[in-house]
Amino acid sequence: MAPPNAHPFGILAVQGDFEMHARMLSRIGAPWKLVKRAADFDGIAGLIMPGGESTTMLKFFAEEGLGQPVKDFVGRGQPVFGTCAGAILLATEATNPPQESLGLLDITIERNAYGRQVDSSVRRGECPELSDHPIQMVFIRAPIIRRVGEGVRVLGRADGLPVLVQKGNVIASTFHPELTDDETIHRYFLLQR
Amino acid sequence: MWEYDEQMKLKVGLAEMLKGGVIMDVTNAEQAKIAEDAGACAVMALERVPADIRKEGGVARMASTKIIKEIMDAVSIPVMAKARIGHFAEAQVLEAIGADYIDESEVLTPADEEHHIHKWPFKAPFVCGARNLGEALRRIGEGAAMIRTKGEAGSGNIVEAVRHLRAITGEIRRLTTLREEEWMARAKELQAPYDLVQWVAENGKLPVPNFSAGGIATPADASLVMQLGAEACFVGSGIFKSSDPAKRAKAIVRATTHYNDPKIVAECSEELGEAMKGIDVAKLKPEELLQMRGW
Repeated sequence: MAPPNAHPFGILAVQGDFEMHARMLSRIGAPWKLVKRAADFDGIAGLIMPGGESTTMLKFFAEEGLGQPVKDFVGRGQPVFGTCAGAILLATEATNPPQESLGLLDITIERNAYGRQVDSSVRRGECPELSDHPIQMVFIRAPIIRRVGEGVRVLGRADGLPVLVQKGNVIASTFHPELTDDETIHRYFLLQR
Repeated sequence: MWEYDEQMKLKVGLAEMLKGGVIMDVTNAEQAKIAEDAGACAVMALERVPADIRKEGGVARMASTKIIKEIMDAVSIPVMAKARIGHFAEAQVLEAIGADYIDESEVLTPADEEHHIHKWPFKAPFVCGARNLGEALRRIGEGAAMIRTKGEAGSGNIVEAVRHLRAITGEIRRLTTLREEEWMARAKELQAPYDLVQWVAENGKLPVPNFSAGGIATPADASLVMQLGAEACFVGSGIFKSSDPAKRAKAIVRATTHYNDPKIVAECSEELGEAMKGIDVAKLKPEELLQMRGW
């Protein structure tokens, strides 16, 4: 599918389910590489920020200078997709408890908003602009988007709540499309470049 | 053919989220906070760290529910807790208070010497220790959603974790070279469920994440087990039995992420103070080996 010299998509791999995103991109036939250091941003076509622990990833942003390259990357208009912890890091405001974030997408997001792991669930949601069919959505200790800022489009909902949002080149989901075999969301992201 | 249902997808899903991270043993809320601030991706609540269990003896049980709840209130990362092997009532209690993962652990005194917990009916996911592929597949057959090498907990000695990791990854590689008609004989030798043997032969890995535990005390130890195929690290006594827990915790977190970059692992190894003293596992009597608990 992709020409052999195509720029790979970067997958942030300091911690989290980066391998599941890699599995999905391989399935679709898109080249990828893991991003752990600032130098790894060179030449990537887009960036995926995976699920995992946002507090752990924040340490790497602050102490290894990984936050600024993400901001610069978004500033250049390059596409970024954050799932779960990735969405929390992209938000302008993260709560429960309040924590630092990159402020690249104007949403307020509440961490662990459904409860603990025993409250994790698989749901069916709608993404009308992306698919005619309901999409299987896996929520793991998931956050909830409590406020959607001006100009942020809600692309997907589950149980009435926004679960997939986009503004410009930044996309965020509170669920994990990488944990299913449904390629819809990743294919949509790949079209953003 | 073995496959996940939706519940198993959620259980394995949380294990996926922990990959590349460090899960730290803690005995109170204060230690849990130190672990979270150092970048731990989860904490494991227990009554005493393995080194103290080994020293003090007596029956080691599930931690006090009061302390586990205090730990849950203190941190926003997942909180795991240990239950005794076969003690399904302890596991039910841990699920009831909202533990994010239950470790059916050989570090505690076994409650049942014949049977492990039937883990499928629980909503909370389980992690179990294993020394070889057969043991790993038996636990997965019972419903475990994550495997960790047993190593030798509380020893500060990486030798057993390495042995178990090499045993599991080596046996997986050998399994992928067999012809289909050889799978059943191999299942018989491994004493493992046939459908799981088939899954591993066809996929070349375990159907659930494989983490490492039992003896990790330094950043280089973390790098070693990650290079040998572990997908994340559990660190027990190695942190809070060292001279500067916060610093060592942070260094092990960083070394786990950058395990394949020796320059960064070298940076992580500087000025850490004293590591836990550790013991020569070869000098332990068979009855002192925690890894022999469970089958």
